[in-house]
Amino acid sequence: MSRIKEFPLPDLGEGLTEGEILSWLVKVGDTIELNQPIVEVETAKAAVEIPAKWGGVVARIFFEAGTTVEVGAPIIAIDTDPSAGPLPDFDGPVPSAESLAAVQIAPAEGAVEPGMAGSPAPNAGRTPVLVGYGPKTTAAKRRPRLGGTPVAAPPIAETPPPPPAPVPAPNPKPAPGVRTAGPVLAKPPVRKLARDLGVDLTAITGTGPLGSVSRDDVHQAASARQQAATAAPSVTTARAAAVFDASREQRVPIKGVRKLTAENMVASAFTAPHVTEFLTIDVTRSMKALEKIKGRREFRDVRISPLLLVAKAVLLAVKRHPMVNSTWSGATNEIVVKEYVNLGIASATERGLIVPNIKDAGRLTLRELAEALNTLVQVARSGKTPPSDMSGGTLSITNVGVFGVDTGTPILPPGESAILAFGAIKPMPWVHKGKVKPRQVTTLSLSFDHRIIDGELGSKFLRDIGDFLTDPEGALLSWS
Amino acid sequence: MANGESEVGADAPAGGFVQLLTPEGERVDSVTTADGTTYSVDFTDEEYRGLYRDLVTVRRLDSEALALQRQGELGLWASLLGQEAAQVGSGRALRSQDMAFPTYREHGVLYTRGIDPIMPFGLFRGVDQGGWDANEHKFNGYTIVIGAQTLHATGYAMGVTMDGKTGSPDGEAVIAYFGDGATSQGEVNEAFVWSGVFNAPIVFFCQNNQYAISEPLERQTRIPLYRRATGFGFPGVRIDGNDVLASYAVTRSALDRARQGEGPTLIEAYTYRMGAHTSSDDPTRYRIASEVESWKAKDPISRLKAFLAKQKIGDDDFFDEVDEAAKQLALDLRERVLAMPDPQPVTMFDHVYPNGSPDLDEQRRQFTDYQASFEGSGH
Repeated sequence: MSRIKEFPLPDLGEGLTEGEILSWLVKVGDTIELNQPIVEVETAKAAVEIPAKWGGVVARIFFEAGTTVEVGAPIIAIDTDPSAGPLPDFDGPVPSAESLAAVQIAPAEGAVEPGMAGSPAPNAGRTPVLVGYGPKTTAAKRRPRLGGTPVAAPPIAETPPPPPAPVPAPNPKPAPGVRTAGPVLAKPPVRKLARDLGVDLTAITGTGPLGSVSRDDVHQAASARQQAATAAPSVTTARAAAVFDASREQRVPIKGVRKLTAENMVASAFTAPHVTEFLTIDVTRSMKALEKIKGRREFRDVRISPLLLVAKAVLLAVKRHPMVNSTWSGATNEIVVKEYVNLGIASATERGLIVPNIKDAGRLTLRELAEALNTLVQVARSGKTPPSDMSGGTLSITNVGVFGVDTGTPILPPGESAILAFGAIKPMPWVHKGKVKPRQVTTLSLSFDHRIIDGELGSKFLRDIGDFLTDPEGALLSWS
Repeated sequence: MANGESEVGADAPAGGFVQLLTPEGERVDSVTTADGTTYSVDFTDEEYRGLYRDLVTVRRLDSEALALQRQGELGLWASLLGQEAAQVGSGRALRSQDMAFPTYREHGVLYTRGIDPIMPFGLFRGVDQGGWDANEHKFNGYTIVIGAQTLHATGYAMGVTMDGKTGSPDGEAVIAYFGDGATSQGEVNEAFVWSGVFNAPIVFFCQNNQYAISEPLERQTRIPLYRRATGFGFPGVRIDGNDVLASYAVTRSALDRARQGEGPTLIEAYTYRMGAHTSSDDPTRYRIASEVESWKAKDPISRLKAFLAKQKIGDDDFFDEVDEAAKQLALDLRERVLAMPDPQPVTMFDHVYPNGSPDLDEQRRQFTDYQASFEGSGH
């Protein structure tokens, strides 16, 4: 160990960050003993004398009396072996770099970022505290993870390096420590920055320790994108060659409702042979009927939508064709025909697609059905649909019309045998009473499980729904 | 003279106290208090010298510890300066079977128990939790919570009775240390109630050093602290806390009383904290210099030194030798403190359950693996 020892100002009182040097009790050249009082320091808590940590000769005093000094800064240097002769090249009251590191806050340019393995532990940002144990007085260094630091030889990654792009890509550069798997490594402030700049972290090849994404990486990616955007129109010779790599892809984790939906869809699509039929109808009369219902006193305070009539049509049609409301039970070699209809309504929510159902919807009056639909939709949108509402569905409606499309080919919710898609209602030229007239037209599509429902049954069921929606009064009167 | 205390000692507070060695180093043969108890000591020359060595040693170790704190090697230190006699006298009065419950300032008692003085330094250096084996040393952990240990001690003492280890001259006794500030704590008063009611074999040893950090005694009590015992139904005695002989004599008597099954005693050792409450405190903000000066004249070591010199029990060679031995002990302590290894993070799983637990073992295994994933984790 060096014969010159520097004494850093310690934390004299449980969490102090600085102290003022009141007076020096020794001067350069003085011979001092261990524990001899050398300096009087006043902190936020007390004025105290500090005893010398080593005997020897005072070589340097780094701060004058009256100076406020950060805890951890060297205040005095003591030659602990003055008998060993004059000191070689020791001049200037400058603390050594090593000792200054104790109070250094930011790492040097290009150094490991604070907070990452191998970087200084985050004790540099001191905050004054009055009680308890606060800042440390020495700079601890985090140990790097095994195999986590770059080595001289090129890193061997589990994945082969991407083939060279035809033109040097603007942003990605080889990572010193290649991340081979797992989520993107980036500190929260970097993630925030990426969000603010609209940069996709997963598209960046990190150059930080362990392949983590640094602030520079994010800035670089953002500026590269901007350059590409501005350069394109101005360059007449050739646009920068398109890059088809991770920088232009987004990776969304498959989880939660999305994952469940996917599993359900796959299970359904590959177990139940689907058939889909379409029917385009004139619903002008239904729309008029809706207006009439809205005008009735008992419907004054309830929201009425075309979906209500579609639901009613389905429920009435089920009564005429009970077989569509059934489940294929392969385990028992049975078809379970249900006398109750738990009517599922596919709902788009922030969490993804869910299909809550209205229990025993067939028993509800129109007004009750309207209320149940409203409640179901509101609860689904608030994300609070209880699991019990999502299980036990027997037949479903998906209202794709709200998205402005004509129709689709819905996939059956597992365990159900029929699902009706209900497209957008829009004015269309329609042959009405022998003349082409603008009418309110929509397209219905019905997917059904062909194991249970033959084309004939499915077609009749769909036809009945269409009849009701085309002429509600006539259907009601003729069916009853 | 409510307590029938010493005739000598103009330095005594109103109400007097038991004093067997005056600040000038004059021996008082014996003191008989109002309840008829007579206190005296009959020490050999060697025993007197031993007490002197204890006092000098604990003061020297204490000053070394304070220096280590000022040099950034300890997080905190609570100095015993001025209270050496109270601690050494009462500590030497303990017998090997007796159990002590200290505060964080009882370095002198710890030393007299024959414990390596480095034991509490891990706590103050922050390399361990101060969790030594209380039973092995008959010395409970340093208790930071003010007054809490008086209840622990009371429970322990009640246990001693239940174990049938009282009622004979060789019975067990318990001593609980606390300060004047702690007497305002509910725990201490509860301990008094329980000990009194259950006739527990316990000595409550209160070092009244006049300040609860910065709060002076007159804000803690309207009557002398030792008189509080009367209300709880057991005797209270005030001693000159700077007199190691009085501290020894009265504590020994109270301990014997306890081990015989005669119940608790409160001893108020009237003393003065010459230093700061802890290294984080600045007493000049709340004490006047003249008060500190007046107590310097009552120093516990100088009065015993004067007595030894006058009685030709100790000469300069002896005093120098004691100083030098204490210094060497202090330097040795310094070296060992500086060499204390940093704790291994995995040790946090030790001592959680006496016989381990599957969950904790699994956590320990995972944590060990995690630690091993860093470079340089050879240990």
